[in-house]
Amino acid sequence: MSVAGYDLIVIGAGIVGAACADAASADGLRVAIVEPGPVGGGATAAAMGHLVAMDDDPAELALARYSLRQWEAFADLKEAEFSRCGTLWVARGENELASAATRAARLGAAGVEAQLLDAQQLYELEPELAPGMSGGMLVPREAVVYPPRVAQHLVRRAQARGAVLYAGRRVQALRRGGAQLDDGSMLSGPVLVATGCALPALLPQLPMRARKGHLVITDRYPGVIRHQLLELGYADSAHGDADSSVAFNVQPRPTGQILLGSSREFSATDAAVSPAMLRRMLERCFSFVPALRELQAVRAWTGFRPTTPDGRPYLGAVPGSTDQWVAAGHEGLGVTTALGSARLLLDLIRNRQPAIDPAPYSPSRMAA
Amino acid sequence: MTERYDVLVVGAGPAGLAAAGTAAAHGARVGLLDAQPRAGGQVWRHDVRKNAPRAAREAIAALHGVTLLAQHSVIASEDGALRVEIPQGSTLLTYGALVLATGARELLLPFPGWTLPGVSGAGGLQALTKQGWPVAGKRVVVAGSGPLLLAAAATLRAHGAKLVGIHEQASAESVHAFARQLLHWPARATQAALLRAKLAGVPYRFGSVVRQAHGEDALRLVEIDGAHGTSLVDCDLLAVGYGLVPNVELAQLLGCALDHGHPHPHVQVDELLRTSVPAILAAGEACGIGGLAVARIEGAIAGHMAAGHQDDARALLPERDRARRFGALLARHFAPGARVHALATPQTLICRCEDVPLGALDGYADARDAKLATRCGMGACQGRICGTALAELGRFPRGAGRPPLFPARLATLAGLALSSSDASRSST
Repeated sequence: MSVAGYDLIVIGAGIVGAACADAASADGLRVAIVEPGPVGGGATAAAMGHLVAMDDDPAELALARYSLRQWEAFADLKEAEFSRCGTLWVARGENELASAATRAARLGAAGVEAQLLDAQQLYELEPELAPGMSGGMLVPREAVVYPPRVAQHLVRRAQARGAVLYAGRRVQALRRGGAQLDDGSMLSGPVLVATGCALPALLPQLPMRARKGHLVITDRYPGVIRHQLLELGYADSAHGDADSSVAFNVQPRPTGQILLGSSREFSATDAAVSPAMLRRMLERCFSFVPALRELQAVRAWTGFRPTTPDGRPYLGAVPGSTDQWVAAGHEGLGVTTALGSARLLLDLIRNRQPAIDPAPYSPSRMAA
Repeated sequence: MTERYDVLVVGAGPAGLAAAGTAAAHGARVGLLDAQPRAGGQVWRHDVRKNAPRAAREAIAALHGVTLLAQHSVIASEDGALRVEIPQGSTLLTYGALVLATGARELLLPFPGWTLPGVSGAGGLQALTKQGWPVAGKRVVVAGSGPLLLAAAATLRAHGAKLVGIHEQASAESVHAFARQLLHWPARATQAALLRAKLAGVPYRFGSVVRQAHGEDALRLVEIDGAHGTSLVDCDLLAVGYGLVPNVELAQLLGCALDHGHPHPHVQVDELLRTSVPAILAAGEACGIGGLAVARIEGAIAGHMAAGHQDDARALLPERDRARRFGALLARHFAPGARVHALATPQTLICRCEDVPLGALDGYADARDAKLATRCGMGACQGRICGTALAELGRFPRGAGRPPLFPARLATLAGLALSSSDASRSST
């Protein structure tokens, strides 16, 4: 039986795998991509597509900052549907406003422009916010994209450089020196596992939990909101360990539609929309923007965020291996940090000095 | 706010009316809901100009003990209950037995110019006309497939439209073979003769297909490919429909198995109309297009079953089987042919919600793959039009829908009983 040989076998063509395949092919590597479903069809398709720097973890901030700079190269790409609406963090109460000042300083120190807003400035920017908000923080350069088409673009670009897409094929098992596909064929070469929530199927030694989220999209209502809006308490939901939580997280799409989130659940494994969770999430949104109540929803869906025990992605060599790599576990920041993750990983694979410190993401932290 | 009924019937067309009336006659507490303001469904839709057919009046008059829940639109399922949007807000309905009488919708197929103002579905324009949309004096071409074209044309004429012609895509041989079979269904033959009489003087062409609609800002003329070549016909309105497809979205949302043995799935039921989900029955067009007679008989069967009277249901089976045979006959003689399937060009819009041309879908393996890449089917209709058309054209089956079944207020999805405007009114 013939064995196809590659310099890198990327397993999984979500936004992270697609970015890795793109970066590897740009680096001159002979790349294989194995994807059983549509390209960008998992968490990438379910995602909001908000490019955002979270500042509560310095390592995560460094990766986001690094990645956001690379996203600028996609600002004019039609498929990306890149819309620089900015992120507006809303403060409810003086405590949250004080935390906004801390966060603005942290973002500023990392080179991310952030402006503090008083209540009057806030309402000028977003008149539909409920009365009683204290102010907020505007991060004007942040944007939203349409992730599945970006993943498809990245895969196509890699293919144009010679990468081979094994569409509709699943990796059955990692083998010494390669990977075995579900049709029995073998691919030989170093592997990079970017299968998100499905990581344990191939790398059970790296813990991963699927964290369910809900989203709802409305019909077209241009101008009702103008920025990606989040409550300052969002990080408590995103980075907390509560079994379930919701946060106000609402986005204006370039189409004029409004995307409403967000919810997080660890114990829910069923992909069905949960009326109770939807209710909790929407009520949170209504408490910030009451006018949302009367808008027409056209679709609700769920997705699962690949979540590591410490919330940081695995980026690096599989512990104890020299030809198995992993890029997975980005929780809700996979779209934001995909491009930076890919560069970081390629630097490690090619034995170059990465632009940011790779230690916080090293999978070996789980072996310790 | 939750209300409970022994028997809840979704859809107040002929099947739903029969189911509700039958179940109520057994003493059940019955709720009959419909998104429209009046009972009747599509086929018995209220006409501002004339009285409803006698059968419709009788079916509605027979609803003793039935609570008619008009303007109730089912949008989601919540733990065994139905979340229903109403003008004032939303409500939850629970049931001992549920009858799905969700009927059918028109099959619309893309062709160059089909998105021009002035072009509509045949059933669509008929419905608008019945509601008072002015068509008097308008030159109308009716086209597509099946006897519903005649019904639509008759309504249009009764409202003063000038019918330029009726263009049936099925061949003359096929239509004549169908007509010969009508001898076995004298009531249908009479019905057909009456319709033809109402349409006296209107050309009725077979093997004739509207290939293209022309106009700058609105429809001006249509290009017709007939048995004797191509012709251009001036008109103000084009009403074109290719028959009906079952509405199965609610059944699917409730987990009922569908029969996919046809491009357009129908709800899978056993002989006594039980779906794969306990306590849920389905009747009429949702179980496969069969026409009015099937809908009425199956509605009655489902009503008996829902009320627990299996013997009464069983007694109606021979009549039902006979009526179903007529539906099969229709499907056989009027199925859209290859010529119709080839009308759309790569530039023709297929998804009207998201403006996606047919050519953009080349190379995608299934509906979801295509949707993610092109947004085809991502709009408010959730692929009811484009997904159904693509299935008919043999591209790929329609993808599964997501809640809500129909666009609904966010407040409804949040389970709020009253809309905020209503709540504020009631508090003042």
